[in-house]
Amino acid sequence: MSTILVFVEESNGVARRASLECISAARATGMPVVAVVAGASAAQAAANLGQYGATKVVALTGAAQWSADAVARDVAAVAKELGATGFLAAATATGKDIAPRVAALLDSTLFSDCTAIAADGGALVATRPWLAGKAVAKLRSTAPVFCATTRPNVFPASESGGSAEVVTRAASNDGKAHVTSSAEKTGGKLDVKEASIVVSGGRGLRGPENFHLIEELAAAFGSAATGASRAVVDAGWRPHGEQVGQTGKTVSPQLYVAVGISGAIQHLAGMRTSKIIVAINKDADAPIFKIADYGVVGDAFEILPALTKAIAAARKH
Amino acid sequence: MKIVACIKRVPTTEAQAKVSGDGKSLDSAGWQYMASFYDEIAVEAAIQAKEKHGGDITVLTIGPAEASKEVREFLARGADNGVILKDADPSNRDPRWTAKALAAKVGTLGADVVFTGRVATDRDNAAVGPMLATYLGWPCVTDVVALEIADGMVTAKRETEHGVETVECALPAVITCNKGLNEPRRASLKGIMAVKTKTIAEEAPTDAGAQAVIVSVELPPTRKAGRIVGEGLAGVTALVDALKNEAKIL
Repeated sequence: MSTILVFVEESNGVARRASLECISAARATGMPVVAVVAGASAAQAAANLGQYGATKVVALTGAAQWSADAVARDVAAVAKELGATGFLAAATATGKDIAPRVAALLDSTLFSDCTAIAADGGALVATRPWLAGKAVAKLRSTAPVFCATTRPNVFPASESGGSAEVVTRAASNDGKAHVTSSAEKTGGKLDVKEASIVVSGGRGLRGPENFHLIEELAAAFGSAATGASRAVVDAGWRPHGEQVGQTGKTVSPQLYVAVGISGAIQHLAGMRTSKIIVAINKDADAPIFKIADYGVVGDAFEILPALTKAIAAARKH
Repeated sequence: MKIVACIKRVPTTEAQAKVSGDGKSLDSAGWQYMASFYDEIAVEAAIQAKEKHGGDITVLTIGPAEASKEVREFLARGADNGVILKDADPSNRDPRWTAKALAAKVGTLGADVVFTGRVATDRDNAAVGPMLATYLGWPCVTDVVALEIADGMVTAKRETEHGVETVECALPAVITCNKGLNEPRRASLKGIMAVKTKTIAEEAPTDAGAQAVIVSVELPPTRKAGRIVGEGLAGVTALVDALKNEAKIL
């Protein structure tokens, strides 16, 4: 029977959530799922992937340094040996670095950042946004291997209660490019793409010195990421890694809170698939209110401290 | 140094999506076009590499003849040659097709380094750069926010969700450029005048055959109409109540 191979990322021996979501997406097609894990602690991370529905796990171990091209060759080799008819990875920075190379090595095209993967009469169909979500395309592939990446936060990471045979395989150390060092973000800040709650600020905050109000609200929610509109990133108020929108990151959190963001079409494209959208803006006619589930009209400087306090209090009870 | 910058002509960010009658494409009537946002950064990286190491820059694109407008803009900024792999209707192309057509052309140019944007802001695949490198058998660094090229070696920083990675590789290489790498310059008046009569080569792309089959194109589901829960501090109370009791998110 045809198999889907899923590339799994790990950090300190724990599979990334976006990868577990990807295994779930693969399992939902009804096809058997094999996971391939790469990274310094791949063997450790491989151990519990059976619980998420992988029937077999291949751990690539012993790589001296991370090399995307070497990992891609190893993953493609596993896909070929399995005779996999599908290949999935999470659409994270690492997944998007690896998956296109694997697809090319399998001489197959790639569908990136998919929001659904369905089995339709034996063929897989990818659903993915075009123009940052202004349109949605459904696509089939005539490639030897159906290759796609799955958008984080869209698929559930559900446990199947199964178990998997784990085999280790020596990683090839023939990379052309190597990661020689990496610096983790300070303070363990969450990225907008992975966080289940995102609090974003725009020009309504009036200056970079006021973004502590956004950070404090994010902190009150617990594990929330801070985002920003293009206007404030272009103005240099916030780092570009926080930019949400067509020329930034596209996000689908459980809750998106837009503060002082008017809602230009390019921003809306990047966050319109959020489950719940809250908008806070002093202009009652701001376009952001048209797509917000809940709107509060008012001045960010009055609303934010009160909301931060109220959220913190509500979460305590 | 032989430098190639790959660019793509895409609808502007203001473009509205409307599904065509066939239900498998978008109606482009009324759209304005621009070079994809990150391609501006790729061309700037190319110009800075030329300023430092000498050589020449070829701006390479796949698209209709009208893409000469975007190519000419980059020539005016400091690129030397423009090539359009002419494809009147790129809407059915997929990343593999594009990467193979680019790889065939880059191979004949004898490039030392290829710069691309990290993603094109129309199909948003972020796949062509690393696929191109793979077909060429070259290393590739994606999402680059800082770059140094010296003695045939690349040292690049790439941004991930979790921090910044430093990656090293030898030339030739493909670099996909992220926001933050540089501030793209504007064309000078002198540059604009100088390229007015410049010929941009038009060639037929290598056709690897598309593998993506469009089943349907739709507009995203419209969001259920929301409501203004209140104004000022009264709105805060109403909002927390709605998040807790209605959305059940707290």
